[in-house]
Amino acid sequence: MWITVASGKGGTGKTTVSVSLALAMENAVYVDADVEEPNGAIFLKPLIEKEIPYTELIPEIHTDKCTFCGKCADACVYKAIVILKPLRKAMFFPQLCHSCGLCAYVCPVKDALIEVPKEKGEIRFGHSEKLQFIEGILNLGEASATPLIRGMKQYIPKDKNVVIDAPPGTSCPVVEATEDSDFILLVTEPTPFGLNDLQLTVSAVREMNIPFGIAINKAEEKSTLIEDYAEREQIPILGKIPFERKIAEQYSKGVPVIYSLDNGKEIFAEIYTKIRGMVKNEK
Amino acid sequence: MKNRANEIVILSGKGGTGKTTLTASLSKIIKNKVIVDADVDASDLFILLNPEVKKQEKFRGKSVAVINQEKCTHCGLCEEYCRFDAIHQDKEGNFTVNFYKCDGCALCTYVCPVGAIKMNEEIVGDWYISKTEFGDMVHARLIPGAENSGNLVTMVKHQAQLMAGEKGLNRIIIDGPPGTGCPVISSLSGAKYAIIVTEPTLSGIHDLDRILKIAEQFKVVPKIVINKSSLNNENVSRIEKFAEDNNIEIIGRIPFDKCVVKNLEKKLTPVEGNCGEVKAEIEKIAKFTESIF
Repeated sequence: MWITVASGKGGTGKTTVSVSLALAMENAVYVDADVEEPNGAIFLKPLIEKEIPYTELIPEIHTDKCTFCGKCADACVYKAIVILKPLRKAMFFPQLCHSCGLCAYVCPVKDALIEVPKEKGEIRFGHSEKLQFIEGILNLGEASATPLIRGMKQYIPKDKNVVIDAPPGTSCPVVEATEDSDFILLVTEPTPFGLNDLQLTVSAVREMNIPFGIAINKAEEKSTLIEDYAEREQIPILGKIPFERKIAEQYSKGVPVIYSLDNGKEIFAEIYTKIRGMVKNEK
Repeated sequence: MKNRANEIVILSGKGGTGKTTLTASLSKIIKNKVIVDADVDASDLFILLNPEVKKQEKFRGKSVAVINQEKCTHCGLCEEYCRFDAIHQDKEGNFTVNFYKCDGCALCTYVCPVGAIKMNEEIVGDWYISKTEFGDMVHARLIPGAENSGNLVTMVKHQAQLMAGEKGLNRIIIDGPPGTGCPVISSLSGAKYAIIVTEPTLSGIHDLDRILKIAEQFKVVPKIVINKSSLNNENVSRIEKFAEDNNIEIIGRIPFDKCVVKNLEKKLTPVEGNCGEVKAEIEKIAKFTESIF
């Protein structure tokens, strides 16, 4: 079973929840897909056993063969290639390239434009005791997280229980991280920010036809902001993690909430049981 | 060419460290500015500033491939060539394009032997010019699941510059997005200063390091604010040491106080609420910010 932990707003506790949920599960893999800012390792302290570079193809223009016809530059919608025909000059801007391969496809001259791999990030594999760990990290200055997330997903073992820690926001990288999941757990907090971003995320998730539920982090006894919304929208609330200074302090030292909270194990075991029930009903 | 207004962007790398709360608080104190919400994925600044929308425009982002099913011969070349995994056969056997996954590169339109694929420009969001009690605000909303937030950020910043020019304002305060990717790069580009809001947690420190490197790449001068500073003194010292080694000024230390959250629940910033120490520290940061901009 694949569970993706997502939230529109950053800092609501995606990593807190996904790390603790993975620790509460048997035969589990934790996958950190927040490749711009992966933080799961801070809490899991995994032993990294393997690192592989993540590469994408970018064009290399061989000016000895190039006729400067400009077909590649005309075709590229990202404007990553500029050809100055009179000067017999070809310029390539790697930051703008999306590695789509169109330039190589349209180039009419053999070996004038060749695609070569460029490193854009890294995928790391390891273990934190029994829990398997996979993390993607995007090189600084790289614009798009989506292809790396797509690349990482190939390495997720099919026979395990998987928790994917998704990036914040509601745009493409989140959709990519979430797409093949059996369940989406939305983490929110009982503030107007949390609610607004939850609503945005729910509208994106509803289009994906994947069952989903809510976990409330930093829950306050008195606030029913999220509960009221969830009831209106008929979205199940699967668990609540209280807002306590002690948890925040332990978090600041990298202690997962499942250990810093007295009934942490019970809270996350219950979330997992409820998710399993919902996924089973769906099938 | 006319002078550009100075841009200060509030960033953090890690989400939830307090960018929006600080931006809203500064917006309520600092004068002669345009306010920008550049977190177009999950924009929240409007909640605290209560803008009245004066102008609304559609934002056209990427193009998406559309397959003409009548012309399609089901050869499958488009699916084979697409590097974004965006074209698949549906249950009826038709090749269809996934709106979210299509990157708009147009390779499929070249590959298709019968000319059955066209690119169609899609509306991916809206942007707004609004009035608030504290000045004009430019903000936007990306359709959930859509891409191109970087271009939308560039667009709202451009509108803010136009507005500042029109009204003779020399300051633009920008609430930035989390992360280090495309929208962050767009929000940093051309800015004078970046105020990096961090927190004394291991995650906060990890992400601080990454966002500072991005600021350096784009030659934007960073200043640090440590939020929730009373949570972990040891980590505060680590941030201080790190800032000193890298010659970066720390312009404020805002203590952890549940008063901030209690006020947010009422859609108030800590400046209006009765959050004594927090309020005093933010006022200090505002004073400093005003002096450098």
